[in-house]
Amino acid sequence: MAVGTAKIKSAGAAQSPLLGLAMFSPAVLYIVLLIGAPFLLAIFYAFSDARIGGGQLHYVGLENFRSIVQSPSFKAALKNSIIFTIVAQIVVLVCSNILSIALEKPFRGRGLVRFLILLPWVAPVSLGTIGWKWILDSIYSVITWVLIWLGFVSRFSPPMWLGEEKLAMASVILVHCWRLIPFSTVILLAGRTAIPKEIPEAAAIDGAGFWRTLFQINLPMMIPILGVAVLFGTIFTFTDMTVVYILTNGGPYDSTQTLPNLAFSQGIQGSDLAAGAAISVFLIPVLVIIAYFMLRVAHRAEVN
Amino acid sequence: MAVVETRKLTKVFKQGELGAVNEVDLETREGEFLVFLGPSGSGKTTLLRMIAGLESPTAGEILIGGKVVNDLTPRERRIAMVFQSYALYPHLTVYKNIAFPLKAQNVPKHLHKEKVEWASSLLGIGALLQRKPRELSGGERQRVALARAIVREPSVFLLDEPLSNLDAKLRLSAREELERFHRRVGTTTIYVTHDQVEAMAMGDRVMVLNKGVVRQLGTPKDVYDDPADTFVATFLGSPPMNLIENGDLIIGFRPEHFRLAVDMKETDKVLFKFRVDNVEYLGAEFILAGVLVGGKADGKKVIARLLLGHSFEVGVTYDFAVPARELKFFDRTTEKKVPARAISWQ
Repeated sequence: MAVGTAKIKSAGAAQSPLLGLAMFSPAVLYIVLLIGAPFLLAIFYAFSDARIGGGQLHYVGLENFRSIVQSPSFKAALKNSIIFTIVAQIVVLVCSNILSIALEKPFRGRGLVRFLILLPWVAPVSLGTIGWKWILDSIYSVITWVLIWLGFVSRFSPPMWLGEEKLAMASVILVHCWRLIPFSTVILLAGRTAIPKEIPEAAAIDGAGFWRTLFQINLPMMIPILGVAVLFGTIFTFTDMTVVYILTNGGPYDSTQTLPNLAFSQGIQGSDLAAGAAISVFLIPVLVIIAYFMLRVAHRAEVN
Repeated sequence: MAVVETRKLTKVFKQGELGAVNEVDLETREGEFLVFLGPSGSGKTTLLRMIAGLESPTAGEILIGGKVVNDLTPRERRIAMVFQSYALYPHLTVYKNIAFPLKAQNVPKHLHKEKVEWASSLLGIGALLQRKPRELSGGERQRVALARAIVREPSVFLLDEPLSNLDAKLRLSAREELERFHRRVGTTTIYVTHDQVEAMAMGDRVMVLNKGVVRQLGTPKDVYDDPADTFVATFLGSPPMNLIENGDLIIGFRPEHFRLAVDMKETDKVLFKFRVDNVEYLGAEFILAGVLVGGKADGKKVIARLLLGHSFEVGVTYDFAVPARELKFFDRTTEKKVPARAISWQ
């Protein structure tokens, strides 16, 4: 009897439109105010001549896009964003695969190692990157210090990690990898443990060695989860501005400039809101296309 | 083809604990179908996995074809194994699943097609070659797993409960198919199961295991008619053997040998008063559960299995008997078989 009454009550509550609305509204408000509104505002600004402190707004059509596409900084930023993303993803995939294989089988201290590997992901990006700024500093760099001690570089012309174009790019990629590897490792570890243990065993009995089992059995079975790892990694790297902003701020000579950092420096620091918005909006179709392909790969692998 | 041998084979998973497999000595015969039978946790799968090379033994030796293979990888042992879950590669088609061992063992590519077709026609799955495992039924998956196992013509087949994932009806036909298949290829086969019916029906010999120890190794008839100890006696047979303590002995008899005294032609028989407590009618037979009345065995629960032809009432006591030659004798402390001797029931 009591159960019956409770059932009727809850059914009645679900049918009350007011309660449903009240339960639903926080989520809607959150999305509308914090994601929807800024997003629409950015699109609106991208087609205007908005400036910080400027009183009037005019519709300027595609003028902002035309001017940013022609600017050398934007071209460099677009190229760098793509290079950073692709190179970092390749390095991250290889390293996190190795780590996930190493961490799969139990050994003494595995819990501690897993914890240590996860730390870079847990630490705030900005603080981690500030740490790296010191590690890569032109005077106080521990890497340089070790290399000098080992005799690989001369004390009098040490490498300028963040001051030379190629090294600066490598440094940015290094920090991105450092940050993404833990995340990717955890995802791949989950994917790896989801493979029934009989399958690699059957492969071993069938005569497959380590590499054949890895490339023909384990990795193909992990494609959906690899897709997720790459999708997240790509979006994190492509949209991240903290690492570049703190390490190099796009320098030297825009050699490490990326789209998000360029949007920030032109739109906010350079008070050209419209240009910043246009650069940000430019990111959207790129990310949508990446996400679409990644999800398709993941879905195809799942269906097959 | 080859003979598998184990010498004092032992596996201890956790030091200080009882081994999962303890000092198992075993020698298969050329081309035989040997069944490892035991309850779950009896070590039968661990034993099989050690023979396969998926588990390394703590002590003892494994020989295949007369060679010690302890340090060889599974691929070097030239064995094939069918897993309980079949372990088909889900992302590969049936064709590629069956061809995988050929690829992995560097069989020349132009032979693949011919061999895959041979194996798949042997198991009647020629029409499924382009499907993926998830598009197959349980029985079809099992056949693909078997085809993948035979395609490289292994010296030994290891089967780990290959029928347990099939439904009851399919299991029966799959069992017959497996038997026919074994007769045709004639490869030495080791088959692990916890199902005594499968073991009795399929095995040339049955090895009964419990707690990692071999309790008995013999033909199905040996282990059923002449169990080596009380474990084997009760594990085989459904309902299990009746066991009654008597002095320093345990006396056992099968439910089908416990019959109405008037129906029994044997002159040398032991008489019991049997009070029926429960009657199960199973179509072709009765299963009677009840207690013995009077004498040393008073109050002991026993089960009788009778063909139709009588009717029994719950609560009524009948005169039952067991032919004397059907009584099995076990030592009460060791629970091992001992020679028959004269005993008194009064």
